[in-house]
Amino acid sequence: MSLVEDLLAGDKRAAAKLISLIEDGDEEATEVIRAIYKETGKAQTVAVSGPPGSGKSTLIHRLAQAFRRRGKTVGIIAVDPTSPLTGGALLGDRVRMGDLTADEGVFIRSMGTRGRLGGVSAATSDAINVLDAFGSDVIFVETAGVGQTDVEVAALTHTMVVLLMPGAGDDVQAFKAGIFEVADLFVVNKADRGGAEAVAADLEVMVGMGEETGWVPPVLLASGLRDDGIAEVADQVEAHFAHLAESGGLEAKRRTRVEREILGALAESIQARGLALRSGTAFSDWVDRVLQKDASPREAAQGLLETLGPEG
Amino acid sequence: MEKIRVLVAKPGLDGHDRGAKVIARGLRDAGMEVIYTGLHQTPEDIVEAAIQEDVDAVGLSSLSGAHMTLFPRVARLLRERGMENVLVIGGGIIPPDDIVSLKEAGIDRIFGPGTFLKEVVAYIEGHVGK
Ligand SMILES: Nc1nc2c(ncn2[C@@H]2O[C@H](COP(=O)(O)OP(=O)(O)OP(=O)(O)O)[C@@H](O)[C@H]2O)c(=O)[nH]1
Ligand SMILES: [Mg+2]
Repeated sequence: MSLVEDLLAGDKRAAAKLISLIEDGDEEATEVIRAIYKETGKAQTVAVSGPPGSGKSTLIHRLAQAFRRRGKTVGIIAVDPTSPLTGGALLGDRVRMGDLTADEGVFIRSMGTRGRLGGVSAATSDAINVLDAFGSDVIFVETAGVGQTDVEVAALTHTMVVLLMPGAGDDVQAFKAGIFEVADLFVVNKADRGGAEAVAADLEVMVGMGEETGWVPPVLLASGLRDDGIAEVADQVEAHFAHLAESGGLEAKRRTRVEREILGALAESIQARGLALRSGTAFSDWVDRVLQKDASPREAAQGLLETLGPEG
Repeated sequence: MEKIRVLVAKPGLDGHDRGAKVIARGLRDAGMEVIYTGLHQTPEDIVEAAIQEDVDAVGLSSLSGAHMTLFPRVARLLRERGMENVLVIGGGIIPPDDIVSLKEAGIDRIFGPGTFLKEVVAYIEGHVGK
């Protein structure tokens, strides 16, 4: 397992290869994660979510620079959607992060969602583990947009930053998608354009309502493009982490994340084993019974579930 | 479920990346994961990104005539960093006379103007993990 040793020694190639094993669902990945798991739990993890084009990559670029100036190493995982039709993906987030590539203390990885059985969370979570063990102090995860993915990723990270921009009506969209409930920090980006203050004022009213955790999500104005307001965002990211540490929230987050990881892995393996049944006779027998209206699809699933033994 | 990962980069100073973007979309539509890095990349940045992204192939596009220095440098740095298995292909406006020397410098294949996307896809599919 020299890849693991190389990773723990801070080798970028090893980190890259390990993430590939995870993405490919390689069996070796399970073993590798087991081997590195003890070395995880040191990084601060930050999800950055927001509608397409709201400036997530640009903001992460600036935040990464800010944390580098504060003496931290940075890992970035940029998730973009995989086309369900072709299985291909265009991963373009590096375009906005160009000069970070040359920085020894930064590692950037682009990932497609790949229509995974257990949702994006399983692979993303393991990729976070790899960068954590690799030694990144702060890990940013850029997610594909506003929706279920972001809510999943929020459960895997310490701090959820939600980006909005003026003039897009995103606040309403984010509200619908359940992003509001999981946001720890709102950034109204592109504040170099008009209308940002109005969006921020609307948000302030909404976030003021019913927070029981002792943390009211701050609403900040920023311009990733002009590098304005970035230090304040970085300050609040740090403040949120400090709040979690003081309030016992870190432990609660860890537990939630582990639960998600186990459930994700469980869903993935059950589904994989379920799909494997498809080629067997028991499966086609059940299909025939359902076709003859002798059973419902749900009963068939129950019957098949009982045939899944302890061994894979 | 393995997927072919390709880095598409545009080294050099000219500011036209339409060709590179067309290729990037075409490879995506063929089911590949394409990491697009944008304009004005140095060979050092391209190779570092190729390492972090663990790609199977690097596609370079140049219209500026800088291909004779930049493409070989990418190929050499990849070898030096232990990434000799990565396929290196080039495209853009490249005179036929240059193609031989580029091949000698470690560029696996040059696609000239008017190449069908299908050819590029088939070449990559047939040669990754060289
Ligand atoms: N005016 C202005 N434009 C910005 C700002 N931040 C980003 N942009 C521009 O907005 C566009 C999208 O920026 P990205 O950083 O790629 O946005 P993104 O949210 O990562 O985009 P996707 O990953 O495609 O969803 C680019 O053209 C940026 O230059 C900003 O603060 N002000
Ligand atoms: Mg982006």
